[in-house]
Amino acid sequence: MITKRIIPCLDVKDGRVVKGVNFKGLNDVNSPVELAKFYSDNGADELVFYDITASSDGRKIFTDILRETARNVFIPLTVGGGISSVNDFERVLSCGADKVSVNTGAIRNPGLIPEAARLYGSQCVVISADVKRVDGEFRVFARGGRDDTGIEAVGWIRRCVDEGAGEVVLNSIDTDGVKGGFDLDMLRAVCEAVSVPVIASGGAGKIEDFITLFHEIPKVDAGLAASIFHFGEVAIRDLKARMHDENIPVRL
Amino acid sequence: MIAIVNYGVGNLFSLQSSFSAIGKDAVITSDPEDLKDAERIILPGVGAFEDAAKKLFSSGLAQPLFNEAHNGKPILGICLGMQLLFTKSYEFGEHDGLNLIPGEVRAIREVIPECLKIPQMGWNSLKFTNKSGIYSHTHEGDYVYFVHSYAAFCPPEYITATTNYGADLTASVQNGNIYGVQYHPEKSGNVGLDILRSFCEVRA
Repeated sequence: MITKRIIPCLDVKDGRVVKGVNFKGLNDVNSPVELAKFYSDNGADELVFYDITASSDGRKIFTDILRETARNVFIPLTVGGGISSVNDFERVLSCGADKVSVNTGAIRNPGLIPEAARLYGSQCVVISADVKRVDGEFRVFARGGRDDTGIEAVGWIRRCVDEGAGEVVLNSIDTDGVKGGFDLDMLRAVCEAVSVPVIASGGAGKIEDFITLFHEIPKVDAGLAASIFHFGEVAIRDLKARMHDENIPVRL
Repeated sequence: MIAIVNYGVGNLFSLQSSFSAIGKDAVITSDPEDLKDAERIILPGVGAFEDAAKKLFSSGLAQPLFNEAHNGKPILGICLGMQLLFTKSYEFGEHDGLNLIPGEVRAIREVIPECLKIPQMGWNSLKFTNKSGIYSHTHEGDYVYFVHSYAAFCPPEYITATTNYGADLTASVQNGNIYGVQYHPEKSGNVGLDILRSFCEVRA
């Protein structure tokens, strides 16, 4: 049976993981390559690298890091951040990314998803949506959650999928950082609207939050988190052992 | 030396890196001479069958590949590369493959329940059906990474492992020196590296 995926997300700036991490046995806690290896060896099913660099020098460092990671880590790698054209797809795919996630780029350039899907296949195109409740509806936010686009989220995500996105990362701004659990209502709405894999993001604070997620919404394919993994609050091995105990299909 | 056939489909960086990780020298090549010189050949591929088949047949690499196949050289097709080994595919029409393994490629939707998502994307376990040299370091139930909407349908004697996604789907195949895996060994962690290592050890 296909398993539910657990995905750590690494924010990378100027070649370093933002917010240092804290693990025994890691020589350089800010090295994306070291951390990626650590997660891969300790049960992560996939990794997301998010480039939060602004400068073009930073971009170059990021792709070097990506290449070095792909040389050493043999699980699927999704890359996002600053993807606004098919040239950006090309840039990260040639360095070993397997999937590319678009967010603001897809809002600004409506042709990006269909073109990327045609060139690289839908399996490679991930729509990553930052969504927040505004005036009783789910709204898409751009620029790392700073700008309200005014676009209704569920319909927009469905259009992205219709146009070729093969996977959805749904990040709830409302629950992000709160550590009170995933945004089940928002996830349910999106899972009902699309038939491609959906990755839940934002709000995980403890193992129980993942158990609740997969029990409550069987259509969710994966759970993504950052700081709880980085700070060792949740060890992926413990999380997966618990999922197994709860009869949630998982790769141990 | 291992030759990774480059016929203009997909990104081969991870694949080449995975061979480096197991201490094997792999070159990405579109030179027929390299296929002749190589100890083993990898036929990769992602995307749509028709486009990939067209590129492969027009690349001038299909005939050298046939020659090496008939010389008994071990050849491993990965993902769409595996599908190309078959007689034909019914992905958007009907298209000829290399016919190195009898069988055809069809949509998994035909055999799996409506409630399951297409593509199958993620980690699923292997169930061995016939013995294959590529699993000398692998255990039944080990997980590998799949991304596919189509699968091979062929006589059971060629199927070496299946995976269950609402139905038993072909996960890997073998016809003598011709091997194929539907999943991505280069993205399947240590299990995948062990499978590539075993392929490097099968006798020519």
